[in-house]
Amino acid sequence: MNRFEYTKAPSVDDAIKMMNSTVPEAIIKANQSGAHIVKAAGVDLLDLIKEGLVSPERVIDLRQIPGLAKLEFNAAKGLTFGPMVTIANLAENKDVYNHYRALHEATAHAATPQIRNMATMGGNLMQRPRCWYFRSEGHKCLKKGGDICFAQNGQNQLHAIFDTHICPCVHPSSIATALVAFDSQIELTGPNGKRTLPLAEFFTTPEANVTCENNAKSKEIITNIMLPAATANTRSFYIKQGQRESYDWSMGDVAVVLEMDGKRCKSAKIVLGAAAPVPMRAAKAEALLTGKSINEKMAAKAGELAVEGATPMAHNRYKVQLFKTLVKRAILAAV
Amino acid sequence: MADMNKKNIVLPVSPKEDFGPVKHLNKQKLKLPYGIPGHNLTEIEREVSADEPPALPVNEQLSVVGKRTHRIDAIHKVTGAAKYTSDIQLPGMLYGKFLRSPHPHAKIKSLDLSAARRHPGVYAVHVLSMEPGGTVEREGGHDTPAETYNIDQLPVLRYVGQPIAGVAAVSDQVAREAIRLIKVEYETLPFVVDMDKAKEKDAPLVFEEKVEQQQTGGDVGGEAGGKQQGNLRGPATGSFYGGPRGDVEQGFKEADFVVEGVFRTQVQTHCALETHGVVVDWQPDMLTVYASTQSTKSVRNDLAELFDLPLSKVRVITEYMGGGFGAKFGAGHFGVMATVLSKKTGRPVKLMLDRKEEQTTVGNRPNSQQMLKIGVNSDGTLNAIDLTSYGTAGIGLGAGVGRVAQDMYNCPNFRMAQYDVFTHAGPGAAFRAPGNVQGCFALEQLIDEIAEKRGEDPLAYRDKIDSSEIRKVERQKGAEKFGWRLKKPGSSPGVVKKGIGVAQGHWPRIIHVDSSAMVRINKGGSVEIMSGVQDIGTGTKTILAQVVAEELGLKAEEITVKIGDTNYPDGPGSGGSVTAGSITPAARNAAYQAKVQLLGQVAGAWEVEIADLEMKNGEVFVKNDDSKRMSFADATKRMRTNQILATASRPDDYGGFEVGNAIGYDRLGSVQFAEVSVDTETGVIKVDRVVAAHSCGRPLNPLQLESQINGGVIMGLGYALYEDRIMDEQTGYMVNTNLDQYKLPYSKEIPHIESIIIEHYGAHSSTDASGIGEPANVATAAAIANAVYNAIGVRIYELPMTPDKVLAALRAI
Repeated sequence: MNRFEYTKAPSVDDAIKMMNSTVPEAIIKANQSGAHIVKAAGVDLLDLIKEGLVSPERVIDLRQIPGLAKLEFNAAKGLTFGPMVTIANLAENKDVYNHYRALHEATAHAATPQIRNMATMGGNLMQRPRCWYFRSEGHKCLKKGGDICFAQNGQNQLHAIFDTHICPCVHPSSIATALVAFDSQIELTGPNGKRTLPLAEFFTTPEANVTCENNAKSKEIITNIMLPAATANTRSFYIKQGQRESYDWSMGDVAVVLEMDGKRCKSAKIVLGAAAPVPMRAAKAEALLTGKSINEKMAAKAGELAVEGATPMAHNRYKVQLFKTLVKRAILAAV
Repeated sequence: MADMNKKNIVLPVSPKEDFGPVKHLNKQKLKLPYGIPGHNLTEIEREVSADEPPALPVNEQLSVVGKRTHRIDAIHKVTGAAKYTSDIQLPGMLYGKFLRSPHPHAKIKSLDLSAARRHPGVYAVHVLSMEPGGTVEREGGHDTPAETYNIDQLPVLRYVGQPIAGVAAVSDQVAREAIRLIKVEYETLPFVVDMDKAKEKDAPLVFEEKVEQQQTGGDVGGEAGGKQQGNLRGPATGSFYGGPRGDVEQGFKEADFVVEGVFRTQVQTHCALETHGVVVDWQPDMLTVYASTQSTKSVRNDLAELFDLPLSKVRVITEYMGGGFGAKFGAGHFGVMATVLSKKTGRPVKLMLDRKEEQTTVGNRPNSQQMLKIGVNSDGTLNAIDLTSYGTAGIGLGAGVGRVAQDMYNCPNFRMAQYDVFTHAGPGAAFRAPGNVQGCFALEQLIDEIAEKRGEDPLAYRDKIDSSEIRKVERQKGAEKFGWRLKKPGSSPGVVKKGIGVAQGHWPRIIHVDSSAMVRINKGGSVEIMSGVQDIGTGTKTILAQVVAEELGLKAEEITVKIGDTNYPDGPGSGGSVTAGSITPAARNAAYQAKVQLLGQVAGAWEVEIADLEMKNGEVFVKNDDSKRMSFADATKRMRTNQILATASRPDDYGGFEVGNAIGYDRLGSVQFAEVSVDTETGVIKVDRVVAAHSCGRPLNPLQLESQINGGVIMGLGYALYEDRIMDEQTGYMVNTNLDQYKLPYSKEIPHIESIIIEHYGAHSSTDASGIGEPANVATAAAIANAVYNAIGVRIYELPMTPDKVLAALRAI
């Protein structure tokens, strides 16, 4: 780990003035010295610094900025929370459990109790992929500004089965899978004020920019995450499968949000995590369920449709079967 | 190329030069408990030295030994008062750090240390010219603190992570910065990290010349034979249990039927909580080393030899130790580097490896490919076993698959060929039952196949072919506790299928006779036991206190245990499950001799014979005479000297050894039962329950034994389902070097584990105890594999049994 200055930003505006780089920018810059980057809990940043992937000159702490750890629920408006809300805050929140069950499941199954107590939602969405080539100082891969993706012909058992041709890293946030299924919006604040966009559009694919998984600009920070109101007829669930049950990253995870009308499904959102470089909607599976009443056969068929078009790699064909199963089970658990 | 002939072999079977069985001036005949209580307990008479203490009765009749006793140092561990090597801070201490090879195969063309040397806070930079315990070619010659090195004579780099140079600096950060300032030009060379590819004819060679086996005190893995062709070394065709037997081809011809299979196991890394490391303080008159080691004396001996010091001028201290599992013997490349840096700078140097270094450079359990074939007679007995195996210990040797196929079941015709395959990867090391864990995975699955073919229950079938009495009892008691009722394979209903399985393991009973202890009784009644033996987390301190307390009629907590320091008499290295069986007889004998000295003084005062006296419950008294009685403390107050001292070493086994001075009669047996759930739609296996029935001679402390069995089962479970060193063939790197990506079992993966510890008296020594470290780990993966087969009706031949393999076996993908 390199030596760096540590400073606390008193406000969002100050933080924006003090920072000069995102973490992805600091990683690809040939000369890394001089990077001033922000941190929340620093869970991911610590790993990156220890591996020597980023050597910031200054680290700016956001945690003490007033107002960023607010969590508000309003049955009519929905759920809004700031970026410094911890994963544990969401996992333990009764309103989240009652109205956004899939988000509860996703947060309750993320990381470890200790990490959930520290890690923030802003940091969770901004964390970098866990691809072992990306995480290795010895591998200058596409994502780090190099000219090769080692996963293509290498050890890709934990990589994507969709959109694999440039960089098959999967997004590490399993909570994002649930947030996207709830049509969450994200608010970013930069030098020119705030902008709000759907979380699904915040994440970007390798085609757009292989070195970064989102479109946050150099001097932008997340200031809010908003979930629309859930109705009395909203049913949701989320299942994550890791190699281990205790503390693990997702091999595959699925969030399902259904709007029900009695036994009939009015609309469906099915999102796959760790299947593609970004949380991925399974549109055909959603269409199948829409307007119909759901039974096991239909759920299984939705699972089949969800993996249609998958292009598994040499070592991850098992993921196709895994997602079929998880989609089926999440639908049946949600209903 | 450096001289490769010089090597430092410390085999568990001591070298031939050592004297064999010892004769005694005076002898006595002892009647000792023999057999299994509740089953076949009897007595056996042994003729032993007159110095030996009286026979210890079975545990039921004892007050301290065999009783559940809390660790005497537990409070220090849970409060953090216990200082491990990684906690040691000395005044003026510097931090050492390595520059390591970024290439799997390369030559160093140029090396520029100038910027690192100029970096503020850097005290010394040293280029390593040899590496004990690592690359074999570096044997021979001594590292000196000279500032010069010959670039042409630097060793070839043969794995990612191979040490090149080290720095000592004021802080860990400054040392890391300095490492980055060292400029190296490499000439990269072709490499191979995959074992199957390394076996191919045109594979890049790891070694151009023949290399010699390097072994340390903990290395009891398979030995490769002398031949070397390409990257292939061997085969080894025998072990210390002998060579081939009978005529295997004829045996197969005679057999009623033959079963065979190809089994594969992965590379597993040790993952001790505390990494390898030392704090070295080179002073003009004494080299003091704090080491995270399984053998204080092996570190001392290595450093004394490598730095031309007499043994008396090197002191190694291991007061608390955070796990080793076989990989922590000898000084290691880090110990040599830290010593050079300390000598150069005149300051203490701390050099602890980080997790990445730990995972790649200081040992692993080699993988295996095993072709196992068994011919079975019509009565079920085994008629022929043929085993061919390949394994890679990277640049090291010792990738055999052990002795279970050779030795567990009776079989007149046996043949094996165990090959080592060199690859451009970090060296393997002994790892908790080296070889036998791999071998058991293959053998015990094939034995189950035979039972199924014969339509017999796996337990009933083993009763037929296994002559071991202790394993028979373990099968009975284990089956009872487990509730063994086998259903047809794959017959469990639903998507998540349940299954049960059993497997047996065994491990030789190994003794190190170079195991000594000293007992000191002080005026006032305090008692100390002292030995160089280290407690690597297994509870050695506590069992020593128990044994001494039992002999002196005191409580375990009244004994002060001072171990893990070469200033005391040498203890055994802690590997191969040798510790309890080696050091506790020495401890009891020393306590007994000290007791006799004290009783001699008391007997003189009371005008009785020593034999009339007894020490119990903190008192000294005359048997059958209530008037003559005093407390132990009062007795010591009248001692003619301030201290009574006695030292003893481990004598030969009472009945003699089976092989050499080290391999005892009897095996350490185990039978483990597992219940699993297999999700046939995701391929995920969950182990629900394990029952582990074990024997280790006389159990000294059931509480600690259970703890070790738990650890062994958990480690076996990780091996069965999760752990795997994953190598990138494009770059030669291990890609999962941290404990985030290298998957160990955590809390939710750990099943309900029940232990059964069976007393098994063999009349081998004054304590008749043995260790349990390795046996606890041997059978687990095989038992889980058999349970998985029972659940889904399809056998998995390869470890770890991950979802992709399960789904592939089920033809779901």
